[in-house]
Amino acid sequence: MLEPINVSLESLNLITLAPMLIAISGALIILILDLINNKLHKSLYVMLTLLVLFVDFGAVLGLNVNERGFFDVMLIDGVSIISQLMIIGGSMIFIPLALTSKRFHEFSYPEFFALFLFMIAGFQFMVATDNLILIFVGLETASLALYTLIALHNRANSYEAAVKYFTMGALAAGFFAMGSAVVYALTGSIELYKVAEVMATRVNETGLMIAIFGSSVLLLVAFAFKISLFPFHTWVPDVYEGASAPLAGYMSVVPKIAAFVVSIRIFGMYIDLGVEWVRIVILVMAVLTMTLANIMALVQNDVKRMLAYSSISHAGFIMAALALDTTEGNTAIFMYYALFMFTNLGAFAMLWISRNKKRRFDDRYDHPYEKFAGLIGIMPMGAVIMALFMLSLAGVPPFSVFWGKIYVMQAAVNAGYIWLAIVMGLNSAIAAYYYLKLVVYMFLKDPVKDVEVVYYNISRPLMVIIGLATVATVAAIFYVQPLVSYLYYMISASGY
Amino acid sequence: MENILSILVFFPAVAGLLGFVIDKDSAKAYGVTVAAIEFILSLWLWFSFDTSNAGMQFVEMIPLIPDMGISYYVGVDGISLFIIILATLMTMIGMASMGETKNMKNMIITLLFLEMTMIGVFVALDAIIFYLFWELSLVPMLYIVGAWGGPLRVYASIKFFLYTFTGSLIMLVGMLFVAYIYHSLTGVWSFAITDWYALVLPENYQLWLFAAFFIGFAIKVPMFPFHTWLPYAHGQAPTIGSVILAAVLLKMGTYGFVRFTLPMFPDASVAAITPIAVLSLIMVIYTAMVAYAQKDIKQVIAYSSVSHMGIIMLGLFAMNSEGISGSVFQMLAHGIVSGALFMLVGMIYERRGTKLLSEFGGLTAVMPKFAIIFGIMLMASVGLPLTISFVGEFLVLLGFYKVSPMITILAGTSIILGAVYMLRVMKMAFFGPLDNEKNKNLKDLNGRETWSLIPLVAIVIWLGVYPKPVLAPIDNSVNALLGFMEEKAITQEAKDIIIVAKSSKEAN
Repeated sequence: MLEPINVSLESLNLITLAPMLIAISGALIILILDLINNKLHKSLYVMLTLLVLFVDFGAVLGLNVNERGFFDVMLIDGVSIISQLMIIGGSMIFIPLALTSKRFHEFSYPEFFALFLFMIAGFQFMVATDNLILIFVGLETASLALYTLIALHNRANSYEAAVKYFTMGALAAGFFAMGSAVVYALTGSIELYKVAEVMATRVNETGLMIAIFGSSVLLLVAFAFKISLFPFHTWVPDVYEGASAPLAGYMSVVPKIAAFVVSIRIFGMYIDLGVEWVRIVILVMAVLTMTLANIMALVQNDVKRMLAYSSISHAGFIMAALALDTTEGNTAIFMYYALFMFTNLGAFAMLWISRNKKRRFDDRYDHPYEKFAGLIGIMPMGAVIMALFMLSLAGVPPFSVFWGKIYVMQAAVNAGYIWLAIVMGLNSAIAAYYYLKLVVYMFLKDPVKDVEVVYYNISRPLMVIIGLATVATVAAIFYVQPLVSYLYYMISASGY
Repeated sequence: MENILSILVFFPAVAGLLGFVIDKDSAKAYGVTVAAIEFILSLWLWFSFDTSNAGMQFVEMIPLIPDMGISYYVGVDGISLFIIILATLMTMIGMASMGETKNMKNMIITLLFLEMTMIGVFVALDAIIFYLFWELSLVPMLYIVGAWGGPLRVYASIKFFLYTFTGSLIMLVGMLFVAYIYHSLTGVWSFAITDWYALVLPENYQLWLFAAFFIGFAIKVPMFPFHTWLPYAHGQAPTIGSVILAAVLLKMGTYGFVRFTLPMFPDASVAAITPIAVLSLIMVIYTAMVAYAQKDIKQVIAYSSVSHMGIIMLGLFAMNSEGISGSVFQMLAHGIVSGALFMLVGMIYERRGTKLLSEFGGLTAVMPKFAIIFGIMLMASVGLPLTISFVGEFLVLLGFYKVSPMITILAGTSIILGAVYMLRVMKMAFFGPLDNEKNKNLKDLNGRETWSLIPLVAIVIWLGVYPKPVLAPIDNSVNALLGFMEEKAITQEAKDIIIVAKSSKEAN
């Protein structure tokens, strides 16, 4: 007969689950509200979601660093706290973008907001654990919700995008499952801290290196899909093009943060074990990613596709920081995303407010460069703000992304990878060309058509969000110090 | 006013922001007034500057990102003082001389932001702040060339931007590496140049870092073979753009060599004397020949500009006080003379809509004032004694003679070549018969144009006759720099080549 298991409630440390539960119950509340009254306006749901996220943010802030909970499955270390804060923060910037002046019907479904909150809970689970199964569950919850959100945009190419993303995501999930299975076969555990212990003892056994390296390659493929590393990046431009502009901006930041956290946990472990090949593979992929994506971005005719390739290239930058496996390198990842988040979401929001239901400039694209030609004469303020975002993305000081770039490059130099810093520098120079292309169109060319307004879609809440992003982009120099010291402290506290 | 440097940096920026509110028709008056106030402030800086003190003055330091060692750190010494005054002077005069321009308000605002970045580069004592202003200066220039330039303006402006941007990113990696060495030696992060001066680096590090900084600065100067962006930029830029570009922006490169490369990497600099001298020589002679072959007056001046920058580079690497002081002085001379020449070309272009030499001839008869001022500036450009360039060029050649008489003699011929191409311009444009019908009704300079050029003529002659008030503080700081370099150099060879004057009086 089995022994009855006694579990005391204190030992479960349920508080570690609180943030995710808040997001999930918020989603349920939205669904129930819709049941009771289905005529409610989207602004109600937007604000409710915002409030739920606000409470969620507070709950995460209140967590203690370095705790485990729920049968030691949950891991609340510094990395998981800062990544949850960034995930929620990014979502809070994203969700008010639903309040456009034109009606895009995905936002009038309450399901959109419920799915959105489920997705955030999924991401939170993903970063707050080192259990491979819970990572998998979190990843899939979030991804499935995200596929649906893309499809809800309800145009032919958004279905294409959703299906493409889903197929790729399923493939990646398969690779992840296989990689985890190999890890389990090697070590008899799926808890990363135990895996690390067992692997450390077995790493010198003859013939085992191939299996260890093989497991890392399988997992790397899975995350290369999610982070969009070369050669697994091909879905990105199509998916971003099919998704609505703010969602594309969101996808280029938040899901990647979650994927990066898991990558730090998994590949950091491999590199610490002395599997130098993992580092080399990651470095090669990172360099190829940033270079090739940059070159592809040069030839795009559509601003949104250009931004999609640029976000791949930025991901390559950050992946290189991961391969350094130093505290600074890991800090650089979060630092870069924290700064990149505002600028990139801002840039996509600028596309969003210029979105028209009809494609007036091009049959194929929503946002061809010609659309922005001569914008300085039509909407000077809009042109200046967009130019600020572009210059920031290009890494012109003193705008926000520059500080991220310099931190990543400094981390590379400090770790002895000077060639990597030079490659990063040269890539920034290539990237400057395509960002400048948009600036040139806006400032130096004449409008191609008689247009009076480009920003069909503007509304007051959107202006607030764009204003916020602009201030965060321009005034970065004043908050980099507290940001860096907080991130560095949290990451060194969790031992990375 | 101990914080006058911050005021100098941020006053034009604030004025630029407020400029958005100014009415279109009053924009130019606003711009000129602001630039004049800025110029007066810079003169004030000169008067309150202690000329006997060779070190940094009016130093301000506010930590911005202590964890990364970045702080807002500014100061001025004898070397940067006059370049700052040059920047404010040329902005003011350039603005005042501007004729009818479309979108005048945008132009004024852009120029004011450009002025902020220029002053920022020359006062920054923190490498990242320096880099920040350095990169930021590209944006307004991109806009000026791209929005008001000639038919190829977009190509020219992007070429200018990308060229400089690429070079400076390599330089940034160099800066990060210096900071890393500083951190590993002292345990503290710092990007302050004055902290970096204290580093004694092994020779192979110096060579690599020298190369990294060299790429950034050489593109800006522009050194041969990185000079190809300049003729495009000048050819397409509007007059005011060329004036600022030639007078101030190119000086950022040579200033970078004085501020970073020489004091931080003395051994590498000594090792690089011969290659740099050869490059400078090619620059001087080759571009002088190219200038001779040009059909467009503006291109002649653009190439002559490159040629003169070669002389400046030569002087910097003479490693003695005559050479370096002469070359800092030559920066000022070149700024004023080439700025004035570009303004003059702009004035004739406004009247005739062409800059081709073949279209002109015998202009002296219809435009006497224009011809006189053009003549004076041409003479100054070829280094006629008693003009400002003579002082600089003479000191540079004198200084470099101690290093290599052969190269000095070759470089000296450039003055003759310079005379040839400049006199050709003079001959074809101003002398001979007035045979082109279109030129017969040209109006001479009006009051605005005359009065914006006369101060420059006055400075050219004043400093040509009596350079001491400017040369003495420069020399003072240069001697401090050299003394410091000699102390820091590791190899005996470098110590031998760096010559420190016993007292600054000898050099005069």
